[in-house]
Amino acid sequence: MKQRHNFTVVSSRYLDEAGLPLDALPELASDSARLLDAYRNMVLARTLDQKIIALQRTGKCGTYPSVLGHEVIGTAVGQGMGHHDVFVPYYRDQATQLIRGVTIVDLLLYWGGDERGSAGWERCPQDLPVAVPIATQCCHAVGIAAAMRIRDEKRAVVVTLGDGASSKGDFLESLNLAGAWHLPVVFVVVNNQWAISTRRGLQTGSETIAQKAISGGLPGHIVDGNDYFAVSEAVDHSLDRAHGGKGASLIEAVTYRLGDHTTADDATRYRSAEELKAAWERDGVKRFQSYLHQAGLWDASQEKDLQAHCKDMVDKAVHVYLETSPEPPTAMVDYLFETLPTALAGQRERLARIRQGGAA
Amino acid sequence: MNASVEKAINHEDGSGVSRDVTLVEAVNMALAREMTNDDSVVVLGEDVAINGGVFRTTAGLQERFGYKRVMDTPLAEALIAGTAVGMATQGLKPVAEFQFMGFIYAGLEQIISHAARMRNRTRGRLHCPIVYRAPFGGGIHAPEHHSESTEALFAHIPGLRVVIPSSPQRAYGLLLAAIRNPDPVIFLEPKRIYRAVTQTVKDNGESLPLDSCFTLREGDDVTLISWGASIMETLQAADRLAEQGVSAEVIDVATISPLDRETLLCSVAKTGRAVIVHEACGNGGFGAEVAASIAEGAFLDLQAPVVRVTGYDTIMPYYRNESHYLPRTGDIVQAVEEVISL
Repeated sequence: MKQRHNFTVVSSRYLDEAGLPLDALPELASDSARLLDAYRNMVLARTLDQKIIALQRTGKCGTYPSVLGHEVIGTAVGQGMGHHDVFVPYYRDQATQLIRGVTIVDLLLYWGGDERGSAGWERCPQDLPVAVPIATQCCHAVGIAAAMRIRDEKRAVVVTLGDGASSKGDFLESLNLAGAWHLPVVFVVVNNQWAISTRRGLQTGSETIAQKAISGGLPGHIVDGNDYFAVSEAVDHSLDRAHGGKGASLIEAVTYRLGDHTTADDATRYRSAEELKAAWERDGVKRFQSYLHQAGLWDASQEKDLQAHCKDMVDKAVHVYLETSPEPPTAMVDYLFETLPTALAGQRERLARIRQGGAA
Repeated sequence: MNASVEKAINHEDGSGVSRDVTLVEAVNMALAREMTNDDSVVVLGEDVAINGGVFRTTAGLQERFGYKRVMDTPLAEALIAGTAVGMATQGLKPVAEFQFMGFIYAGLEQIISHAARMRNRTRGRLHCPIVYRAPFGGGIHAPEHHSESTEALFAHIPGLRVVIPSSPQRAYGLLLAAIRNPDPVIFLEPKRIYRAVTQTVKDNGESLPLDSCFTLREGDDVTLISWGASIMETLQAADRLAEQGVSAEVIDVATISPLDRETLLCSVAKTGRAVIVHEACGNGGFGAEVAASIAEGAFLDLQAPVVRVTGYDTIMPYYRNESHYLPRTGDIVQAVEEVISL
């Protein structure tokens, strides 16, 4: 006797490329304040992104991964999360971090080579700093979710990762644990089609990334990552499940990395101008702006004011960042352990001497 | 914890008493003690809960503390290491077990890139009070991949403490200290002596310091420096040398990183000779760091070159030949005879 096991992955989209509804919009579309907040955040993230790239090009910031093409997903994630939830980001999550309460100055400091960029964070003190080693953050997310379960808390974790990270064991091991332990965690795979230069089709033979969730016993959902309504609805729904004790889920948000991998990369080496141009046609920020115009929620004068406001906010933060002195070199010793081991006391003294103008 | 609370706990669960225990039982005692003292301590790993651990170090803990605090994980070491990081950022104190050191490598990225760095990269906003436990070393006729000693890998990583007990008493006191420590500790248990010796351990919740070596035997002619299971052969060598009229000081380094150089240098200043003994390969082994520290800090006190007695720079042989790989008492005696004759 043979038995068939069927699994389903649902995908959703609400807006066409011109921002016109394809279907009845989800209920959240009636919350115009939320929609306007979302759009403002997308524009702020994009404005900051352009500024950081300019700073990097003029030697005032380090290597930086652009958020271009990821603003809609990041914004929907940030809005969907509750204050007491925990965000576990990868390194293209500026849009979410701005909503969580990481300041523009924090982001500038981090990408500008200063550990203090991940300190402080008074408004989201339990959020993790960005994970640079690919997919490793997935394991942290399930650990945090396990801690919440152990304490019977009604909180949840959202972890983000790129499509490239879906190839790594840490991701798959974490999906597996999330299912086995019924953990309150949402995996958001930001599928931007590229793991640096390796296109999505070469990363996995899997038809979708969302279906990998099924191997861990979780529901997997595909959304158009340039469609604010589709992403928001999926994030809200997944978080409701997690908060309600119904366990983990995965969202594959499909977008396109409109920028280079980082400022150290040149994507023209491996992808065509035509492909990039086609991707720009699907840009979710522009699409959402068109929707807001058509819905009568936005006009050209508001757009002009917003652009000026975002530029002003970013410029003020850049000024603070550039005026911030580096930490003293002794900081590299001071945060290694809670208390300085005797074995390191001599090295700290040496660093302190250098700071005071002694031998370099 | 204040004294009255400590007393109440002792009264309630009948502990606080002295028992003759093996190193395995001492680990179990320390885990139970600190889980009683501190609700935030949780234990996770492969086969640690219902089975009580393949070496029985976690026996009875799940029955006593419940499934939420003693957790069997899926068989995935990167996951175990990384889950502990996530838990720790939420204020839990995870004690994560790797079944054997030979399988810890899948977890290295999580340990090195996250556990060791979290405090530093958030400037103290988040930190990782994690103990990563693993049985290590050879000598029990185990299969391939079950017998290596790669403690030097961890000693090289800033932000980690690397602690190796060599007796039931030190296992109890050092593990308590490791769990209470607010930063990540690699706690390596020498499985060759898991059950080789029994010692009276008082379950009084008293920890031992993580910042100092232990001088196990005082002497004047040579300093023998070791850690882990090799402490047994080193002490036997000291006995044999005493019969030959050579007075050997024996130091158990115990916490190899950060290293208590002061104790080592003071001893070498007194004896003028040092022999370092460890099971791991000599090449790039932690003995090299000890030797370099002595060269830098006590060169003018030395009457002979510093000598290392170590495993060979080979892959650990399968068990038929493992006794030829492991340093023996005679090897240590011979090394001492050579440095004494200079």
